[in-house]
Amino acid sequence: MLAECLAREGVDCIFGYPGGVTLPFYDVLYDHEIRHVLVRHEENAAFAAEGYARTTGKVGVCCATSGPGATNLTTGLVDAMMDSIPIVAITGQVPTKLIGSDAFQEADTFGITRPCTKHNYLVKRLDELASVIHEAFYIASSGRPGPVLVDITKDVLQGQGHYTPVTSIHLPGYKVFTEGHTGQIRRAAQMIQEAERPLVYSGGGIIAANASKELQEFVELTDVPVVTTLMGLGSLSSEHPNFISMPGMHGSYAANMALTNADVLIALGVRFDDRVTGRLAAFAPHAKVVHVDIDPAEVGKNRTPDVPIVGDAKRVLPKLTKLLSENTTKNETLSAARRAWWRQVREWKAEHPYDRPTSDTEIKPQHLMAEIDRLSGGQAIVTSDVGQHQMWAAQLIRFNEPRLWINSGGLGSMGFGLPSAIGAQFARPDKLVFSISGDGGFQMSLPELGTIASHGLPIKIIIMNNGFLGMVRQWQTLFYNNRLSSVTLDCFPDAEKLAGAYGFKGRTVEKPWELAAALEEAVKEPGPYLLNVKVTPFENVFPMVPAGGAINEMVLGPPQPVAAE
Amino acid sequence: MLQVISLLLENKPGALMRVTGLLSQRGYNIESLTVGRTLDPELSRMTIVVDVETPQRTQVIKQMNKLINVLQATDLTDLPAVVRELVLIRVRTNQETRTAVLKEAEIFGGRVVDSSTEGFAIEVTGEPEKLNAFIEVMRSYGEIEVTRSGSVAIGLESKRLKLQGPVPTRGGSAGSKVEETVY
Repeated sequence: MLAECLAREGVDCIFGYPGGVTLPFYDVLYDHEIRHVLVRHEENAAFAAEGYARTTGKVGVCCATSGPGATNLTTGLVDAMMDSIPIVAITGQVPTKLIGSDAFQEADTFGITRPCTKHNYLVKRLDELASVIHEAFYIASSGRPGPVLVDITKDVLQGQGHYTPVTSIHLPGYKVFTEGHTGQIRRAAQMIQEAERPLVYSGGGIIAANASKELQEFVELTDVPVVTTLMGLGSLSSEHPNFISMPGMHGSYAANMALTNADVLIALGVRFDDRVTGRLAAFAPHAKVVHVDIDPAEVGKNRTPDVPIVGDAKRVLPKLTKLLSENTTKNETLSAARRAWWRQVREWKAEHPYDRPTSDTEIKPQHLMAEIDRLSGGQAIVTSDVGQHQMWAAQLIRFNEPRLWINSGGLGSMGFGLPSAIGAQFARPDKLVFSISGDGGFQMSLPELGTIASHGLPIKIIIMNNGFLGMVRQWQTLFYNNRLSSVTLDCFPDAEKLAGAYGFKGRTVEKPWELAAALEEAVKEPGPYLLNVKVTPFENVFPMVPAGGAINEMVLGPPQPVAAE
Repeated sequence: MLQVISLLLENKPGALMRVTGLLSQRGYNIESLTVGRTLDPELSRMTIVVDVETPQRTQVIKQMNKLINVLQATDLTDLPAVVRELVLIRVRTNQETRTAVLKEAEIFGGRVVDSSTEGFAIEVTGEPEKLNAFIEVMRSYGEIEVTRSGSVAIGLESKRLKLQGPVPTRGGSAGSKVEETVY
């Protein structure tokens, strides 16, 4: 019954790990058309499902058994919650009559995952199962997407019953606002029309809404410069002439200066996250804000907009574009102001581009990212963990389409890169997939080398190895008098032997002149490849806005330390 | 500042946990919370009093409305509404204070629900501030024990309830037409 529901929802691939109470389901999967990918840890099942969902926009599915299986999923659930990623998690639960008896492998999955999910269910009756599964997929994928967990007791999983088609579901309290208020859209158009220094601030919501085309049309009509958040990279092609770069804590000088000086901010699918805004009171202080988001609770949560528009960006943007295209009056003063604004933005861009240091003796991390960028050409899928490598990757690798940049944004989960690359590669077998991790995060998901090897997934696993938990080290250096506490990773396995032990190729490089050829070899390899790149150990990410600082007060480079938060 | 919220929610397992969990997750302190059935046995009405900064009030309501089981969350703080609470007080009396205590209870519209040589159990309903005053007065007579029900509230203006209609499923039947906005 469960497999039938999943198949009807178009599921072709599940990432999971079996256990005692999910045995009946796995017995069905034995000869079912749905492919089950056996990961090596349940957390990675959730991350892989996220990788699948982030790459395709379809709902990713993961599965775990009761107790420890379910608790191991939770990091992935929260990760999906923070980044609004549609996944459905299926967990087994002990038989209904044993619930509450502290049975073997019993945990209150329903209670534990309540704050980790958009919605969750505990199914104790077979006749509820089909409608619950369909509701779960609907809730996960509609509105602001998110994770939904369905906890199913063993007796329900064992139950035999015919699937009766569920033609409709009724969730009277679940409202999705898509169209946007016509009057507000008109006000927004007016405000944009009259802006002298307009700026688009585009985020993950544009990608979730599949509204990149609509964004591009809007941008090309209005010729407004665009900054995209970490989650929004790829929502407008990195090579688009209107693309400035990423703003925020490690964003570019130009992006942060543009935000600080804009007079109209067109915020699309963003949540004014603290890593973007820095000190909120000093964020975009001169700007009137148009905020478009599908989640009413995001509009006005951190910044009160002048024009709030609750709706789906895919529906709202074309309406805005249409209104703006209808107005063809020319205003010479305004056009001059716009030209001056563009000149200013270009000057900022030229003044302080991202740092790309190189060295004759060591591999600089930025050099590594630039080489990956060269091989990707804005086309490859790149997954990352969280930390220094993530910021350098976000700064220096181009993404010319949405759904190429897969990273843990809101939750910042280490160990995310490798398992999400597995999900991404299953979703897009045709694509070149780079998984970039630090030496810390990689060792959190190292067991997944087994999954990669057993499926021969041609993922290019790149380790930016500086021998440190680099981002924590950076903060200790800057804000804790360089007292480096528990951040040294002085033991790392031999990459060639490690990959060899799993039956695929691997290598370590440490000389800058070896890097390009080594990466090319990795890309040419038809199977998986583990490339351990030893980089300058003490490089730090800049620009940097100290936590609690205003984003125009960024520190552009080493050395002077700044005050702690 | 105290905010009075009226919630209409589906009577589903875990619905109460979702509401209380949301409040603690987002750092709002619950002053009181009551829940009971409505005319429709599948729905419950909840009155919650939370302590939040005024600018956060809209955010609380929006977050409540995001819960799938919540049909409607209304901020009654500034709307015409009646807020009532019930208190049960056990007060110890001696021969001298018995009459005075009865008199005080009468002033507050209270009702004696139990009487013994030890003292009285008194029931009073009213606005929470009035109950505070009553409790203070009773305290002056000696040792008391108090149980409060938490506030219940009703808006004096009817508010239209907007509900989502059924939506077709993707997998339900091969021929079912899926609205483009739905998925």
